[in-house]
Amino acid sequence: MSPADLLTIPFDDWVNFLVRDILVPNFRPFFRAIQVPITGVLNALDAFFAFVPMLITTAVFALLAWRYVGRGMAIFTVVGFFFIDMIELWPETMTTLSMIITSVLFCTVIGVPIGILVARGDRAWKIVRPILDVMQTVPSFVYLVPIVMLFGVGMAPGIIATIIFALPPIIRLTNLGIRNVRGDLIEAAEAFGSTTWQMLWEVQFPLALRTIMAGLNQTLMLALSMVVIAALIGAGGLGLVVNTGLGRLDVGGATAGGVGIVILAIVLDRITQGLGEDNGVATMSLRQTFLSLFRRGSSTVGETKKAG
Amino acid sequence: MTAKLRVQNVYKVFGDAPQEALTRLEKGESKEQIFSETGLTVGVQDASFDVEEGEIFVVMGLSGSGKSTLVRMLNGLIPPTSGHILIDDDDVANCTPEQLREIRRQKITMVFQHFALFPHKTVADNAGYGLRIKGVNPKERRERAVKALGQVGLAAHADSFPSELSGGMQQRVGLARGLATDPQILLMDEPFGALDPLIRREMQDELIVLQRQLKKTIIFITHDLNEALILGDKIAIMKDGQFVQVGTAQEIVSNPADDYVAAFVADIDRGRVFTADDVSNEPAPVKLGQDTAQDAMRSMEELNRNALYVVDGDQVAGVVTYRDLAGAGDQPQDLADAMVTEYPTADGDAQLHELYAAASSGLPIAVTDENNKLVGVVEPEAVFAQLSGEESAAPEPPNAPDETGATKPGAA
Ligand SMILES: Nc1ncnc2c1ncn2[C@@H]1O[C@H](COP(=O)(O)OP(=O)(O)OP(=O)(O)O)[C@@H](O)[C@H]1O
Ligand SMILES: [Mg+2]
Repeated sequence: MSPADLLTIPFDDWVNFLVRDILVPNFRPFFRAIQVPITGVLNALDAFFAFVPMLITTAVFALLAWRYVGRGMAIFTVVGFFFIDMIELWPETMTTLSMIITSVLFCTVIGVPIGILVARGDRAWKIVRPILDVMQTVPSFVYLVPIVMLFGVGMAPGIIATIIFALPPIIRLTNLGIRNVRGDLIEAAEAFGSTTWQMLWEVQFPLALRTIMAGLNQTLMLALSMVVIAALIGAGGLGLVVNTGLGRLDVGGATAGGVGIVILAIVLDRITQGLGEDNGVATMSLRQTFLSLFRRGSSTVGETKKAG
Repeated sequence: MTAKLRVQNVYKVFGDAPQEALTRLEKGESKEQIFSETGLTVGVQDASFDVEEGEIFVVMGLSGSGKSTLVRMLNGLIPPTSGHILIDDDDVANCTPEQLREIRRQKITMVFQHFALFPHKTVADNAGYGLRIKGVNPKERRERAVKALGQVGLAAHADSFPSELSGGMQQRVGLARGLATDPQILLMDEPFGALDPLIRREMQDELIVLQRQLKKTIIFITHDLNEALILGDKIAIMKDGQFVQVGTAQEIVSNPADDYVAAFVADIDRGRVFTADDVSNEPAPVKLGQDTAQDAMRSMEELNRNALYVVDGDQVAGVVTYRDLAGAGDQPQDLADAMVTEYPTADGDAQLHELYAAASSGLPIAVTDENNKLVGVVEPEAVFAQLSGEESAAPEPPNAPDETGATKPGAA
């Protein structure tokens, strides 16, 4: 005896109906339109990285690593990028890099304002929070199918899937950063007659910047971990290399792609962390937040490794 | 004199449905009673007071008595539940957010207990924050910020960050930030509460000096009655959200309204609260070359004093004691012969603790102004009586002090 004997719910039919018969026919132009800016940014970046010689790109990243992390990281960047080039994966790596930058850019453009907005009111946060929870718990494979139905296959749908997956941390940490700004500083800013914007720009945002940067770092790592999955729906780059390797049981090819992802992940992770530390002001609680995030950040790298 | 700030029947109740608490307060229920029955916290009840322009109004009370709540209502950081708060003619309690912002930008600023400096801004940018908010251009902003820092002695640290300064210096920056926009009213919520006692003294003295020149209208919050008495032109003592007494330092010390106030007054530092002026008597001098020894003795008997000062025209010439004059018998005697020319003197605003040494000479202390003109006389007994809190004690009958000749040279 089970409830199913009495009643079965055709849940899958409902979803099919919603997506196939309502969303797809009626909102197709809308979903198409969403892709336009993404494709634009992606193509521009892709063309840029294809145009810039490998040595110059490497030099720029090495300099950034030197400036924001240290000499060791600069050396690692040079060696790692040379290795990628020598295993003949440079163009794929640059495609992946373009995808990552595009995803993170859109995550920031969408996530930071949402984070600021939900930090202002508890009601907004009550609505947004469960949505973020769902976004983070639903396995990404689940929304690949509706994305394909709505957006088709290709780079842009891959990036949209990545954005959905990588968006929550930057919203969460922007919210956290803004909320954690000391109450007496808010009070002081208010006592001198700040408008909402002045308060945000002069006090809240600069003081939250460290935490927001930590969120950006996490978002970046999540975006990297989506590279392989996004390749399933037509995104190219290193993810495609890994998938092709898997499909052909070509261990060497898959590993090469994976190693490329890991090198890229380490370089980007350390540089963005360094950027975060360089900005804002050291306060104990923020520093602790940061350290705990650092640990989570490296575990994400671990996951990426497994994926590869 | 015009009242710069008028507070009329202001109430603040924390919690939902605060009206409930107001009706209960009207029925005479107490703060505790209301809290236990409704869960509403009465922060401030029925506060009314006027603050004159250029006056330091001190609100003193124990932790939780509602001081911070009160002062935050004055600039609208906390909206009052009912009542009026009038700055000039604007009611802070009933105005639009835009008006409130304008009032905060133009008229009223605040100094915070824990400084509340912006850690990501330099000292100059902190001091210039209010100007930035008002849209003052960077050059003028910097000039005015540095000028305000100069007033608190920190101009040299303009480009440091707050974390590089000591607590006392940080609060000076807080004060400079409050002064930079040149507001008319300055709210200070326990500004020296987080500083150690020595620095606190220093800051109190500096505030007094600064105030002499700036003449701001200041609302100063403290839980330290000594501080209140030292700084306050007028002092309000607060308990459970209510004012129990409002008055000058002297009124509060000499006439505490109830046991609560009396308990505070019991352990104040009288030596720092009272000045020579507070305990001085009429000078009633005798005049050199005009009054005789007999005149002087008669005068002392009438005034019930042991000694009188002798003036030569406007200037103090010396002091004669009853004992010395009496020692000469009935022979007519020139005052100049019996006069002691080494005598203790003090300024009118000298604090009593500065008079200990002078008072122990046994001679009355001459209170003189900057031209050495005699403006009063302080009997040693009066100093000690005031210090011990027995100022109303009847003056002792004259009995000649011993060894007047051993008087140490005065501070003159
Ligand atoms: N936001 C709030 N919500 C509820 N109750 C509050 C709130 N702020 C203050 N109170 C209550 O109002 C009363 C007065 O608090 P207030 O902070 O004004 O006291 P205070 O005199 O400044 O004390 P302290 O010397 O500790 O700063 C206290 O009972 C406090 O618990
Ligand atoms: Mg307080």
